[in-house]
Amino acid sequence: MQAKYKFLFGAVLVGGTVGFLMTSGIKDTGVYFLTPSELASKVSADPSFHDVGVKMGARVVHGSIERDVASQTITFEVTDGSQAYPVVYRGLAPDTFTDDVDVVVEGRLDPDGTFRATSLLAKCGSRYETVPSA
Amino acid sequence: MTTLGQLALWLALLLGAWGTIVGFYGGLKQRPELIQSARRATYALCGVLVVASIGLLTALLKHDFNVTYVASYTSRNLPTVYILSAFYGGQAGSLLFWAVVLSVFGALAQLLTSRKYDYLLPYVAAVTSAVTLFFVIVTLFAANPFERLPFTPADGSGLNPQLQNPGMVVHPPMLYLGYISIAVPFAFAMAALISKRLDTGWLHALRKWTIVSWLFLSIGITLGMWWAYVELGWGGYWAWDPVENASFLPWLTMTAFLHSVMIQEKRGMLKKWNMVLISLSFLLSIFGTFITRSGIISSVHSFTQSSIGYYFLAFLILIILVVAWLLWSRLPVLESEAHLESMASREASFLFNNLLLVGIAFSVFWGTMFPILSELVRGTQVTVGPPFFNQVNVPIGLALLALTGIGPLIAWRKASLANLRRHFAAPVAAGVITGVILVALGVTHFYAAMAFTLAMFVVATVTQEFVRGVGARHRLHGEGYAQAFARLVGRNRRRYGGYVVHLGIVTYFVAFAGMAFKNETQASLKPGESVDLRSPFGYTYTFTHIGVSQYDELNRLVSAASVDVARDGERVGIMKSEKRQHFTCAQPIDPCPRGLREASFEPSTEAGIRSDVREDLYIVYAGSVEGTEEAVYRFTINPLVWWIWFGGFVLVVGGVVTLWPGTTVRAQRREETVGGYQVQLVGQGADA
Repeated sequence: MQAKYKFLFGAVLVGGTVGFLMTSGIKDTGVYFLTPSELASKVSADPSFHDVGVKMGARVVHGSIERDVASQTITFEVTDGSQAYPVVYRGLAPDTFTDDVDVVVEGRLDPDGTFRATSLLAKCGSRYETVPSA
Repeated sequence: MTTLGQLALWLALLLGAWGTIVGFYGGLKQRPELIQSARRATYALCGVLVVASIGLLTALLKHDFNVTYVASYTSRNLPTVYILSAFYGGQAGSLLFWAVVLSVFGALAQLLTSRKYDYLLPYVAAVTSAVTLFFVIVTLFAANPFERLPFTPADGSGLNPQLQNPGMVVHPPMLYLGYISIAVPFAFAMAALISKRLDTGWLHALRKWTIVSWLFLSIGITLGMWWAYVELGWGGYWAWDPVENASFLPWLTMTAFLHSVMIQEKRGMLKKWNMVLISLSFLLSIFGTFITRSGIISSVHSFTQSSIGYYFLAFLILIILVVAWLLWSRLPVLESEAHLESMASREASFLFNNLLLVGIAFSVFWGTMFPILSELVRGTQVTVGPPFFNQVNVPIGLALLALTGIGPLIAWRKASLANLRRHFAAPVAAGVITGVILVALGVTHFYAAMAFTLAMFVVATVTQEFVRGVGARHRLHGEGYAQAFARLVGRNRRRYGGYVVHLGIVTYFVAFAGMAFKNETQASLKPGESVDLRSPFGYTYTFTHIGVSQYDELNRLVSAASVDVARDGERVGIMKSEKRQHFTCAQPIDPCPRGLREASFEPSTEAGIRSDVREDLYIVYAGSVEGTEEAVYRFTINPLVWWIWFGGFVLVVGGVVTLWPGTTVRAQRREETVGGYQVQLVGQGADA
């Protein structure tokens, strides 16, 4: 029976380590995922929220994309219908990034109201299919 | 043909229901005619679903664009191989694919299982029929591939360009085969529970099935990595995306199951645990299918959002309830026949292997579901990304790697000090020496250095096993080394095949660790301009932009950017990365004149990759500065990526060795029949 208790002790140790790694992992790397309106209300409630990295999911405003290839900077506007933010992103945009697609940008909201993105993901509502039209 | 397919689906609905009912009822009442009928129902189910599949394939190949599915996923100019892959490329078709493959597996389980296990088969038929029935129901009522449009478009929309890749032709079916084949071990487990025949019989009956499905999952996941690497263009092969995680979860629990069944077979322990593991694997395979289909978690791989999620959710809950009830009511029959005697034993090391695998599975599940969980609890979504998964899983993975070396060698029950010294002295020394060399070389990345050190330890344990085994045969039987090696492996395929699989896994670990040293840069280059990038092996690569050219190819317009690559000033060759704009044609003309082309999908990027055993050069052409040939590139050096694909190959070789039918069984039978030689033969077996 002694080995059984030793094993249980080991198991608790393993379980505890996994649990600790997970909680600390979430604390260190967890990021809020917000819509522009949610971000706006968070920031107005607590201005220090500008310093917190967040993810924002919204739709690209039609015709707002401006690409400066030389400096690899993309500026565009996103909205969820009620709140809009200009976004600045430096880097390569994914293939699916275009007008009216849903994007997820990760970064910080500057006090001047510009969202500085460090990553840009675009998802297409009908990613693997398009509905034929008459 | 679609009418026939539709009819076949309705027949499948009836046959599935019939097989489920008579399988259970016939088994419980021991009515031979019903049992026979259940068996025949699985064959018939397989037959009608094959007919339904042929119906869909015919519609696809005939370009019957009146069928919604055909119009949504193919076009006239789509190469034939991708037309075939469109069968499982879309929601509705992939569900039919699930159903037909499962019905084939269900029929094979009836056909191939030894008569010894006849007492399980009616229930196996019932379970496989029931699961197939679920997929037939979803196909019929939620996503029917035979649905027709009110009009016939001139051309279909075409297949998403990212799916037009050879990897995507084989990756999904492999992964599906893995997912689906788990249903068979699950069916056997349920059969054992229902029949209350809970000895190791059901484990013996499905030994090979488990390895087959594990192998399919492994191949499917590896091909998925390969596809992501060559097609998605972000420069890596694993992003901890929900869909990737969904395929990883059942793999983890199946790996745990593969190991823990050995303990049940040998020592009669862990009976409940094994039931839980196999049920969990099956649940996770359904969950994986659910995640990819429901759009519940956003992912780059997912299908369109749809109501199908509710069907899956209901099915998952139903399975959980049934399994929980069965387990609960059979608890007394699942008592362990032995208990753990020492921490220094194979049992203990396998138990920890299981704990770690399940720990990884739990953390991956938690991280994947965290956006939903946090929204439920806190009202705001919090997401975790690759840093979370790496932070949690790298240390656990390294502990697991260490156990890969310890588990197969340490003695059953209780290891003596002599046993430990005999098996581990040399491998530990090999590992330590590797570690010292790495530190001397200036490798400061702790986890990567640990991974290489432990990998060397495991490789040394496996090598030592082979060397000792061959040496023993050579001494005892006077066989040449080659013959001794062949017989050693041939006589004990499961063990030595397992070692080879371990070598494959170690190779993956080494390759993963290599990515800690990746290096990348972005540049906007005019023709003739160049950029330098250092590799972790100490080379300096120079990439010189040559120019951008445009041309037609199959169903797309290609813009290709080329760079000249030099290593330490010495020319290596030309690499090219493409931007592809796919199009469909307004009229059925081939080749399509420019005026009639309609762009389909967003442009897609084709990365340029140059691979060798040390490192991959990975270049992505991101676009040109308006109207000029100045191109924007991302250059990446990915160390040791080649070893992933090689590791996959080694793993498959090991798996095939384990599965290879033949002498092991025959030799055992000979032992049984030729009694006079038994002593001698057993003597031979013992040293192998």
